[in-house]
Parts: sequence; C-alpha cells; structure tokens
Amino acid sequence: MHDFIDVGLSQQLRRAYAICKKDIRIYYLKSPVIVLGILFPTFMFAAFLVGRDLDPPYLMSSLTTITIFFTSTAVVPLIVPWETRSRTLERLVSSPISIRTMILGDVLASFLFGLLFSLVPLTIGLALGVKILDAPVFLTGIMMASFCFSSLAAVLSTPPTDVPANVMMLSTLVKFPLLFISGVFVPIEKLPSWGVLGASTSPLTYFADLARYSITGVAYYPILLDFAILASFSILFLEASVRLHERNMSKRM
Amino acid sequence: MDAAIKASDLTKFYGEICAIDHLAFEVESGEIFGFLGPNGAGKTTTIRILTGVIKPDLGSASIMSYDILKEPLKAKQVMGILPEMANAYIDLTAWQNLMFLGELYGVSATLRHRRAEALLKKFGLYERKGQLVRGFSKGMRQRLLICMALINEPEILFLDEPTGGLDVQSARLIRDMLQELNQSGITIFLTTHNMEEANQLCNRVAIINNGRIIALNRPEKLRAFSKKLQSVEVAFDKPVDSGSLKLPGVVQVKEMGDKVRLYTEDPNSLLLRMVEYAQANGLKFVTLNFLAPSLEDVFVTLTSPQEV
Repeated sequence: MHDFIDVGLSQQLRRAYAICKKDIRIYYLKSPVIVLGILFPTFMFAAFLVGRDLDPPYLMSSLTTITIFFTSTAVVPLIVPWETRSRTLERLVSSPISIRTMILGDVLASFLFGLLFSLVPLTIGLALGVKILDAPVFLTGIMMASFCFSSLAAVLSTPPTDVPANVMMLSTLVKFPLLFISGVFVPIEKLPSWGVLGASTSPLTYFADLARYSITGVAYYPILLDFAILASFSILFLEASVRLHERNMSKRM
Repeated sequence: MDAAIKASDLTKFYGEICAIDHLAFEVESGEIFGFLGPNGAGKTTTIRILTGVIKPDLGSASIMSYDILKEPLKAKQVMGILPEMANAYIDLTAWQNLMFLGELYGVSATLRHRRAEALLKKFGLYERKGQLVRGFSKGMRQRLLICMALINEPEILFLDEPTGGLDVQSARLIRDMLQELNQSGITIFLTTHNMEEANQLCNRVAIINNGRIIALNRPEKLRAFSKKLQSVEVAFDKPVDSGSLKLPGVVQVKEMGDKVRLYTEDPNSLLLRMVEYAQANGLKFVTLNFLAPSLEDVFVTLTSPQEV
C-alpha cells in the first residue's frame, strides 16, 4: 500500500482509470465478448425456464448471480497472460504505476462489464413480471458482487504464464465448483449441513442471498452480514492478487 | 557532473545462475552511456532492474537520486523506457497508445495532445496517427515506442536495442533523434549489439560479460586498449602467399578479400619490414593502411572465452 499512497492516491486512481479504459477498448469492446455477455444470460434464462416449473423470482435471483459471476470473471484472468504474450506488459510495469494500480484498473473494467450485463437478466425478469421488492439492496448487492467477482478473477490471473489457455483451465476449475456449492441452484435452507458449510465459503452465496431477499423478501443470512462478507471477500481477493502478482511479476519477464 | 544513474553491487540470480554479479557503475547526467555485451551477458537484466521491472537479490540503484527499490514510482516518473522486444498495443491506434502512456505518467490532457502531435510529426508517423498499430511495420512500431518513451519528457531514456532488426533508414532516423535528444540534455542509457552505433553515439561504454563489467571507458580509449589489436592492411599489385607475410612482429595474418591484414603490437617496425618485403619480391603497394582496433575488435577480444 506504501507505493500507492506515496505518489498520490488520486494520481494512482486516475492511472487505474486509464488502464480500465485501455482494457475496455482492447478486451471488452469486441463483438464476441459483447455477444457472450448478452447471449449467455438469455440462453441460461431460457434453459431454466422453458419446460420447468421454476419460480420466476427465484430464477431471476439465481440467474442474476450466475450472469454477474461469469461476466465479471470472464476476461480479467486472461489480460495479464495476453499482455505478457503480446509483449506490452513490460512497458506497463515499467511506467510509474504500482502493481496495485494495474490490478485495480483491470478489476474496474471487469466491474463495469459485470454491471452492464447484469441488466440482461434484470430486463428479462422484469419483462416476465418479476418485481424487485428492495431495489437499493439489489443494486448495492450487484455492485459489490461485481467488484468481488472481478477481484476473484484478478487472483485467477496470477499464475506466471503467457498461455491464456492455462489460465482458462484454472479459471474453470475454480469457477464451476464455486458455483455449485453456492446455493444458487438450490436454496441454502434446503442443503444438508455440510452443504451449508460449503456454501458459506463461497462469495456467490452471499450475493445469491441478497438477490433472493431483494426479489422474494426471504434471506438465509442477515442482509448486513451478506454485505460485510462480500466486502471482506473483495478486500481479501484484491490483496491476494496484488501480492501474488508482485511475487510472480519477475517470472513473467 | 551529478550521476544520473548509480548502480552499486547489483546482483541477480535466476535459480542457481548468476545473471549479474556485483555490478557497479555510474552514468553522468547528460551522457549517452552504452551497455554492450553478448547475448545472455546480463544487459537486459540490468536494464530491468534499473527501470524497476525486477528487483535485484543484492545491491542498490538510484535514478536521479531516487532509490529504485525504495521510491520506484518517483524514479520511474523521470524515465522514458524502450524495453527490448516491447510492443505497442496493436489494437489501439498510434494516437491512443500515446494518450494511454501519457495518462500513465500523469501528463495533462493539453500537454499530452501537444507532445503527441509533435512527437508523431518528428518521427514521421503523424499521417498514420489514426491507424491501428496492427498495420504498422517493425520500423514504424519502433518509432512509435520511442514516441511513447518520450511522452513524459523524461530526464533519462533507457533504450534496450533500439535499432535491432530495423531497416537502414529507420535505424538512422532513430540514431539521429537520439543525438538530438541528448543534445537537449536527456541522459541516455543504451544497450546495443551494433558496435558502430555505440562508437558513434556513446560518450562512454561498458562491456559486460557473464554478468560482470569487464571494461568501462570512452570508445576511443577502449579502441586503444589492446596493442595486439593494431593492424596493417596491405594489398599488392600481384597475388602473394599470405603465409610469406608472417614477418617478425606479426601476431596474426588474415586474408580479407584481395587484401591481407597483419596484426602486430609494433606497426612502425612492421611498416619498414613490409617495404623491405615488397622490394625483395618486386611488388608494388596498391593499398597500405594502418588500422587502429575497432570497438568490435575490442568487444570480441574481451568477450571471447579465452579472455575470461
């Protein structure tokens, strides 16, 4: 944290924003990425809704969770390996920004991407007549979840490789188990005690709980606890990614 | 003069391999300092440590009095950098690349625009400023990278092989620009394989081999370094057996096309013997040159395994 404050917090935040804009231009404003962001939640919604007797409010809360999780974690893990391979990373690292600034810029771009595409399940749900009972909690939850999952993705980008496929594999190995233990598909109260224990270790659980509360009025955990744990996971992931990147940066060169 | 760069006892290991071994040198403000060495000698590792990309295992370095380990961001703020094998963002335009780098250095929008325009014009890229870098040639990319290194108006410029693999025109343009930049007061730390380039540009050069500096001096002083590298180049009006030119005092005889180069520690005595040899064999001189050693000769001699 010393470096970050040393040359001015506001300067470093501005430089993080510059990295965010660069990421959006290069990695996010691509047709396949945008199409994925729209089609993925749409098809997920259709797959779960058509021919099944699922409650649309519960479905909307689950699919909003899945959408934010997958969109926020889709691109960030690949940015550093891509930049290592395309030989732009050394130029970036040798400029007057800390690793923290660099990671914050990447996370910020991913956060905005997750936020934008959370509108897709939201729009579909509203079109199906689902009502949001507590909009402030829902919107705050979406923002915190998007930031938290983006920070998790930054951790996934830390292995010192320049092969994006290697990071993709690791990313998949982490993301899918995390999804299935999180009470997204099955309400937490219906899980066995070991399932509840497992779910409590996943950040998705707490946003899924918030989303459920916002739409159905029912929550498993106290709402403030959900927020506090999402915030704690965000700090933990961000710190871990900064330290791992600092440790691994020389191995990438 | 004040030292722009101070390196003291710099040491870096990659596993059990010592990439640089207790390097110590100073670069004065306003000079062009050449850092020469064969592949794997430790040039890039040194430049990466000095630019704060990697940390040394031992030792310290300061850039314009900022300790690169304790105040890396302040040190980086005064540098311009062209890393070896670096690339601009190919999915951004030349202009967007410059704007991005300017933002990373905290250059205001007005200054960024003014400097980017001036740099692109100077390096002959202004007409292509709106094109994606993907479509640029190697020479254009390299010129853009130098523009990017200059967007913050640095006090020190680190250039790792700036003309490597470029066509003659691009290389010459870059060399001219480096001289111009140096005249405007910028200190330049340059690594190159091109001995002629180092000879033309650098005030001083350090030769590094196996992670250690084996020579550090002005190019002319280094050229005079080894007496045995002095030579006499001769061509006669008739072909001669080069073996017969192994006259007393000649260390080595080398055929160079239609000429023969005789290496000696005492060129004056050799010249007299050459005249006697020509008269005795009825030969006339077509060429007779006394050659001081080139920087390349010094480099090869110093970095060849038998010298280590």
